Amino acid sequence: MANFSVADGFCPSVKNILVLDSEGKRVAVRYYSDDWPTNGAKFAFEKSVFIKTLKTNARMEADIALLDNNIVIYKFVQDLHFFVTGSIEENELLLCSVLQGFFDAVTLLLRNNVDKREALENLDLIFLCLDEIVDRGIVLETDASVIAGKVAVHNMDGDSPLAEQTLSQALATAREHLTRSLLK
Amino acid sequence: MAQPLVKKDDDRDDEAEYSPFLGIEKGAVLQEARVFNDPQLDARRCSQVITKLLYLLNQGETFTKVEATEVFFAVTKLFQSRDIGLRRMVYLMIKELSPSADEVIIVTSSLMKDMNSKTDMYRANAIRVLCRITDGTLLTQIERYLKQAIVDKNPVVASAALVSGIHLLQTNPEIVKRWSNEVQEAVQSRAALVQFHALGLLHQIRQNDRLAVSKLVTSLTRGTVRSPLAQCLLIRYTTQVIRESGINTQTGDRPFYDFLESCLRHKAEMVIFEAARAITELNGVTSRELTPAITVLQLFLSSSKPVLRFAAVRTLNKVAMTHPMAVTNCNIDMESLISDQNRSIATLAITTLLKTGNESSVDRLMKQITNFMSDIADEFKIVVVEAIRSLCLKFPLKYRSLMNFLSNILREEGGFEYKKAIVDSIVILIRDIPDAKESGLLHLCEFIEDCEFTYLSTQILHFLGIEGPKTADPSKYIRYIYNRVHLENATVRAAAVSTMAKFGAMVDSLKPRIFVLLRRCVYDSDDEVRDRATLYLNTLGGDGAVVETNKDVKEFLFGSLDIPLGNLETSLKHYEPSEERFDINSVPKEIKSQPLAEKKTSGKKPTGLGAPPSGPVSTVDAYEKLLSSIPEFSDFGKLFKSSAPVELTEAETEYAVNAVKHIFDRHVVFQYNCTNTIPEQLLEHVTVIVDASEAEEFSEALTKPLRSLPYDSPGQTFVAFEKPDGVPAVGKFSNTLRFIVKEVDTSTGEAEDDGVEDEYQLEDLDVVAADYMMKVGVSNFRNAWESIGEDFERVDEYGLGPRESLTEAVSAVISLLGMQPCEGTEVVPNNSRSHTCLLSGLFIGNVKVLVRLQFGIDGPKEVAMKLIVRSEDESVSDMIHEIVASG
Repeated sequence: MANFSVADGFCPSVKNILVLDSEGKRVAVRYYSDDWPTNGAKFAFEKSVFIKTLKTNARMEADIALLDNNIVIYKFVQDLHFFVTGSIEENELLLCSVLQGFFDAVTLLLRNNVDKREALENLDLIFLCLDEIVDRGIVLETDASVIAGKVAVHNMDGDSPLAEQTLSQALATAREHLTRSLLK
Repeated sequence: MAQPLVKKDDDRDDEAEYSPFLGIEKGAVLQEARVFNDPQLDARRCSQVITKLLYLLNQGETFTKVEATEVFFAVTKLFQSRDIGLRRMVYLMIKELSPSADEVIIVTSSLMKDMNSKTDMYRANAIRVLCRITDGTLLTQIERYLKQAIVDKNPVVASAALVSGIHLLQTNPEIVKRWSNEVQEAVQSRAALVQFHALGLLHQIRQNDRLAVSKLVTSLTRGTVRSPLAQCLLIRYTTQVIRESGINTQTGDRPFYDFLESCLRHKAEMVIFEAARAITELNGVTSRELTPAITVLQLFLSSSKPVLRFAAVRTLNKVAMTHPMAVTNCNIDMESLISDQNRSIATLAITTLLKTGNESSVDRLMKQITNFMSDIADEFKIVVVEAIRSLCLKFPLKYRSLMNFLSNILREEGGFEYKKAIVDSIVILIRDIPDAKESGLLHLCEFIEDCEFTYLSTQILHFLGIEGPKTADPSKYIRYIYNRVHLENATVRAAAVSTMAKFGAMVDSLKPRIFVLLRRCVYDSDDEVRDRATLYLNTLGGDGAVVETNKDVKEFLFGSLDIPLGNLETSLKHYEPSEERFDINSVPKEIKSQPLAEKKTSGKKPTGLGAPPSGPVSTVDAYEKLLSSIPEFSDFGKLFKSSAPVELTEAETEYAVNAVKHIFDRHVVFQYNCTNTIPEQLLEHVTVIVDASEAEEFSEALTKPLRSLPYDSPGQTFVAFEKPDGVPAVGKFSNTLRFIVKEVDTSTGEAEDDGVEDEYQLEDLDVVAADYMMKVGVSNFRNAWESIGEDFERVDEYGLGPRESLTEAVSAVISLLGMQPCEGTEVVPNNSRSHTCLLSGLFIGNVKVLVRLQFGIDGPKEVAMKLIVRSEDESVSDMIHEIVASG
């Protein structure tokens, strides 16, 4: 991530995308800029973003805050807090569309059950989603259905037909499904 | 082998919070990663392990070099699997591990295969991974495929290649620039995002070619742009072109303005806003041009979306600084935003209103703000306080309600920065609005009764000392000041004593009473407080009679110390107690740029100044001593200034020479510090032959040769020039070192008798205007600026041409003038587009000069500067302008 370089100042760019839980702990984060070079700096930023936005109500509409010369757009759902950070010069609405795209894609992928538990269980999808929305700071796509479509290819094709699975694999899969349904 | 993931779940049935990653451990996961090596790959299992690895990395866990390499090699095995989902995770993992160059080779062939796969998703992702981890040599190999990918039918593949191109342009520009034909084609793509990425890359490739950018913009603004993102980008490029092209003088129209205006009717809010913002930021935007942009922003103000409201109010706030009238139409919408849930929006709304409000609305506004202040953070409060200060300066008649507001919030809780902002505001109002003085001073007095910040207390006491005695009834302040002596810490007590002394000095009728109070302070527990009390009792004439204080005492109490404190400190340290008193006039006023001692340690050998002075003697001191020891220079008068040494030779040459320019009223003396670095040589009769043909006003007066220059023992030779009295003559001098060289037997150290005459060419030396300027700081620039008056003020504007940055422009002008930056104004805050720099100095003939420089960025890198000079002499003011104009 060190080679962040959207140098000409024209290209809209995203500095980071964060998904934190209701205690401010990381669920999934992606940094695209070297404004926060160390892990310590990243955690400190997450903490201050979390505290600053904690008392606001960003459940219906995305809200916005200024923090250390950055614009942070955020939206909460259940016990998840979504953040997109950009430079203070950036178009707020553009950053907002990135957040909205990400948020909606996650909602589609998790089939409307957007909460921490579901997100962690499908963390691979969240990671792929982050990978498909922004590439090293440059916005790749903001249309939620396109993003979700790209990620979901994995899901559909990934589950190889039952016949091809070995018996032990099939059993393991069945057991996994059973445990999950029991836990719910 | 049972699924570990499931087993964990079993253990955790009764946990309140469920997480598939609870209790996860790096070591265990790295163990699990061994499944990557299984001959029979279990794709699902492998994906899960990769997710776990990614989770660990995402949580801030780090892998050692060995661990990372191991994981990387294991992951490369997974290319054998044909499972698409797993392949995606492999791509992610490789990007995350960012392998080193020798590791990259392992995956290159697999990735190149994927790049040419039939599966679009493979192609797109393989391109992104490969371009991320590749280096220049590999890039030439895959260039052909990348060019193809740019024009690929599949938009995802094309975008992947284009975005990778944007990144690669930073590291391998010459390769990416070869793709412009393909990129050009992609700009015409029907896929929205491809067009966006192609546009981004094409502009970066051509950004230094103004004409090409202009053409690009011209063609696209007529054509169709499919995605809002691309449209935003186009707006940004358009404003760049507008900035560079200027207004069409014939019609008064701005090129492309129509395009921007049409974007205000775009269906995407993102584009509307981008266009509105671009219009408000146009150079010298007219109110006619502003109106449509303000109208759409006004609509945004009442949007249900906080982000939209924020964007609009932030932009309008900026417009209000330059065009307050244009924003007044929005005032009603703005007022409803004061109660906005989002405090950033509320603060921006308030500060905008404060800028646009008219006199009649001030009172109503203040009422609303009072309710609002209690529930915002300190940082916002400071913004509000500053806005109120400027409002008050705009409507001085309203000072009463504004001053009351400030004093109310001063009493409330708050941190230091906030309180300081309030106090600063009150002080400024007192200074600028005479009517506000009495009430303002009393508010400050009340504040120090209960002030937890020593710094603020002392500042206020100092201010009271200056302003208090000039009021109609100075006696009423004494109580507040004397209370400090009882209740505060030593620093504040000492400040209070000084303040009382000032009252005593200025108000003769108060003198006896002040003496009583000061005498009590003589028994204070702190020595500084006692010392001050005793000092003031003596200077004011301790008998306590009602007599007029003489001028010297006033000067002593109120005058500012015009000596740099650093220099005073060194001089005092240097002073040895003796019969001779310490003379404050002996302290040099020149601010040293670089202490000599420091330079010594950085250079390998000591240069110049015969016996290197030990201890912290300032440069000027040392030079003055050196020059006064030479009888030939004794009648030149007082040394005005000595420059920093200028190197006249390259480093590591046979003879190292640097020169110091000493400026006198009617003479300039060049001191050449020479060092002989050849052990086998002894130089004798060393002189510098100076050709002053390019320095017409100078005539050579005398040369003082150096008799001998042995190896590694520096010596000096001098050349003095006469110049017209007090005139800051400039010129270029070319120098040649001439000497007699004698061979030295290094074993015995003895030199031969016969020498050979030889010459050594040195670099030229310039005498520039800055040499006649001494860096002398002032403690309070504003006071100095006002006291020097505008009799000899000269103002002009200059274009400095394209500059790297504002910082570079500022430092260039400072070094051109050779003046002392005041109040830290030589530092330009990041990203600022304008800057004011304050300079002060003493020009030859002891003429005080103050300069106010206002910089602004005009166009992309063009810097414009307004130069305001005030000095004690008309001709000097003009001279400063000449220096800048010719520099």
